[in-house]
Amino acid sequence: MADTIQFDLVSPERSLASLEVKAVQIPGADGDLTAMPDHAPLITTLRPGILTVEAPGETSEYVVFGGFAEIGASGISVLAEKAVPKGEMTRADLDAMVEEARAAVETAKASDDNLVDDAVKLLADMEALGTHMSL
Amino acid sequence: MPSLKDLKNRIESVKSTRKITKAMQMVAAAKLRRAQDAAEMARPYAERFNAVMAGLAASVGGSDSAPKLLSGTGSDQVHLLVVMTSERGLCGGFNTNIVKKAKTHAEDLRAKGKTVKILTVGKKGRDQLKRDYADAFVGHVDLSEVKKVGYADAQNIAKDVLARFDAGDFDVATLFYSKFVNVVSQDPQALQIIPAKFEDTGEDEGASTLYDYEPDEEAILADLLPRGVATQIFAGLLENGASEQGARMSAMDNATRNAGEMIDKLTIQYNRSRQAVITNELIEIISGAEAL
Repeated sequence: MADTIQFDLVSPERSLASLEVKAVQIPGADGDLTAMPDHAPLITTLRPGILTVEAPGETSEYVVFGGFAEIGASGISVLAEKAVPKGEMTRADLDAMVEEARAAVETAKASDDNLVDDAVKLLADMEALGTHMSL
Repeated sequence: MPSLKDLKNRIESVKSTRKITKAMQMVAAAKLRRAQDAAEMARPYAERFNAVMAGLAASVGGSDSAPKLLSGTGSDQVHLLVVMTSERGLCGGFNTNIVKKAKTHAEDLRAKGKTVKILTVGKKGRDQLKRDYADAFVGHVDLSEVKKVGYADAQNIAKDVLARFDAGDFDVATLFYSKFVNVVSQDPQALQIIPAKFEDTGEDEGASTLYDYEPDEEAILADLLPRGVATQIFAGLLENGASEQGARMSAMDNATRNAGEMIDKLTIQYNRSRQAVITNELIEIISGAEAL
């Protein structure tokens, strides 16, 4: 069994990481999961959260918002709509995002359909993320 | 016959024009490199995205419950043309080519009795289309304040388009932009974004792997399709950015060369008339001396 697997983290504007890793912790929409080599092929959407990349010798963390992860036999790719190295994330950035999510909740409520739940969940995820990162 | 002073002024003015076009060419060259880099960086995302979407669309596409963004509204009566052009001129036929492509498309649709609506991105396209299609205009996205096109800009455009789609304003959306081939040639493109079409890139590897989906396929598809629209618009914006700079670079290169030729011609004319003046003076002096 291989010890490492190819991992790519790409955002629409650039590719953030491409390296061999031992494991990746992915904040999936239905719950966190850890992908290691020989993981079953899986496609999952992401919720706002922290993506932890465990490469041999170093561990890096990224904050990701939206997008999906694809786990295949040949590698793991995470396509995040917005991804920032954890260290570069600031309270102000997060506040802006939370504000946007809050506005989305309001619009969803106004339109009065099943989008409300999704928007509320998104907002809760973002607020939880802020607490988790202790910003 | 212009006077010597006029010629001199003319030469000076063409010279300063040449300086400006030369500078614009160099600026465009630098910007082109950056625009190409940006397009290059965005490519992996778009490619993977499309590969996954193609797989998903193939497995869900047939069912009745497929999202409208994928299967369409069931009619194709109202078409939305999203025409992306530049904010600035002086870039040769760049904008005209895109607009021409969009106009041909619009005429085709109108001939078939369809309704055409137009959304423009970029000032130049709006100015050109306004004359003929003032009644078809539904909106304009202004990017003149944006220095470097980011994904957020594409998201805003996508949001606008999707809101109109949800409101039932149109059935089919087509994106018009220019694909960057190289510095001298840009290829205007028409790309249908709604209902979404995903081209199978021929990589059978993705299709043959059986993926687990979390949550289920349809939920993922519903989540990703709107993002797909944004991704395609973003790719279009970046291609357009590179094309614009490429077009400007070659247009300014031509202008610089023309200015150079003009200066040469004017200089010859200037020298000839100066010589004629000198000869005239000599003749006057000599005939004056002979008369004595």
